[in-house]
Amino acid sequence: MRAFSLLLLFLFLQTGWAQTPPLYATDAWVRATARGQQATGAFLTLRSAEPLRLVGVRSPLAAAAEIHVMRVDDDGVMRMRAIPWLDLPADQVTELKPGGFHIMLLSLRAPANAGQRTTLTLVLENAARQRQEVTVDAEIRALNALAPNPPHTPRDKATH
Amino acid sequence: MKRVLAIGFLALLAACDTAEDAAEPNAAPVAVPSHAKEMQARYGEGYAMTDHLGQTRTLADWRGKVALVFFGYTHCPDACPSALYRFSQVMEILGPQAEQVQVLFVTLDPARDKPEILRDYTAAFNPNFLGLYVSPEKTPELARAFHVFYQVTPGQTPEHYSVDHGVGTYVYDTTGRLRLEIDHTATPDEVADSVRQLLAAKKD
Repeated sequence: MRAFSLLLLFLFLQTGWAQTPPLYATDAWVRATARGQQATGAFLTLRSAEPLRLVGVRSPLAAAAEIHVMRVDDDGVMRMRAIPWLDLPADQVTELKPGGFHIMLLSLRAPANAGQRTTLTLVLENAARQRQEVTVDAEIRALNALAPNPPHTPRDKATH
Repeated sequence: MKRVLAIGFLALLAACDTAEDAAEPNAAPVAVPSHAKEMQARYGEGYAMTDHLGQTRTLADWRGKVALVFFGYTHCPDACPSALYRFSQVMEILGPQAEQVQVLFVTLDPARDKPEILRDYTAAFNPNFLGLYVSPEKTPELARAFHVFYQVTPGQTPEHYSVDHGVGTYVYDTTGRLRLEIDHTATPDEVADSVRQLLAAKKD
C-alpha cells in the first residue's frame, strides 16, 4: 500500500529562467497528525535537470514551513536543524524522507487527516538566482506511515 | 546563547539511583544482542510521572510486564514515529505475549505535548501504548533521573523549537529492573526476541 504509485509530476518551470528545465517531484506525502499536534513532516523525491536550490516551501496546511535535516549521531542522539536551502544537483535524485531531509510544516492551520490531500509549493532558485515556484499534490498518510528503514545518519560513518 | 536545558549522563545522579536499589538479586541473564547494550543502572525506576489519562505512575506499576520506554516528542518528524511504529510491529510479532508488554512514550516536550495530544499520538500506533509526562519545569529532572540526553534547539520563531534527544529504548524486565538499551537500528524481530527472553525469565 506504500506503493510507489502516486503522482509523477512533470513540471515545466516557466518564466524567468534561461531555459525551462523539468523538475520531477514524486511521491509527495505529509504525515497525518494526532489531534492538537501543531507540526508534521512532509516528504518527497526531487530530481532536476539543472542545478537548483530548494529555498522555501509553503502549504495551505501550515502557517510556516522549514527545510530540515535530521540525523542520528554516533552518540545515539537525534538532531534536527532547519537549513536555509537544499541543493538539488542536476540529474541527481534528492530524497526528502524520514531519517534525513524533510519539510517541517509548522503552526498547522488544520489537522492533517490521513487519506486527504494537500499541496506543497516549492520555491526554487536556479544558478542565476532566479526564483520559480512549483506546486505539487501531496497525499496525507497515516501517522504510522514510514519509510522502510529506520532513521540513520546521512554522514558516511563507520559503525561500531 | 545556546539554551541547554539538560545534559544527561551526570555521574552525580548515578549515586542517587543506586540508593533506590531495592535488592533484587539473581536477575536471570539475558543475551545482549548486537543492537543493544546491557544496563545495570537503576535509571528512573522510582521516578513519578503522569500518564496521559492523568494517573500518577512509576515504572513499578508495570512489574510483571516488560516495559519498553522511549523518550521523544510529538513534533519529532520521524525518529519518534519510527520508534513507535517499530514497537507496534513488535507487539504484532509477539501476538498474545504482547499483553505482557507495555510501551511507554515519555515526552521531553510537555509544553507542547498536552495529555490529549499524547493520547491520540500514541493511540495512532497502538491503543495500549501510554504517554507519560511531568511538568516542563520538572522535565530536566526527569531526563537526569533516566540519564536521557535532550536539548531544546531554538527554531526560526520561539514556538518552533525542536528537541534533540537520544533515540535508544530502555527495556525494563518483569521485576522493574532496567536491563537493556536497544539501539534505534534494531529491527522489530530483534526487539521482540529480547522481549521474549525477558518474559521467559519471568518467575511466576
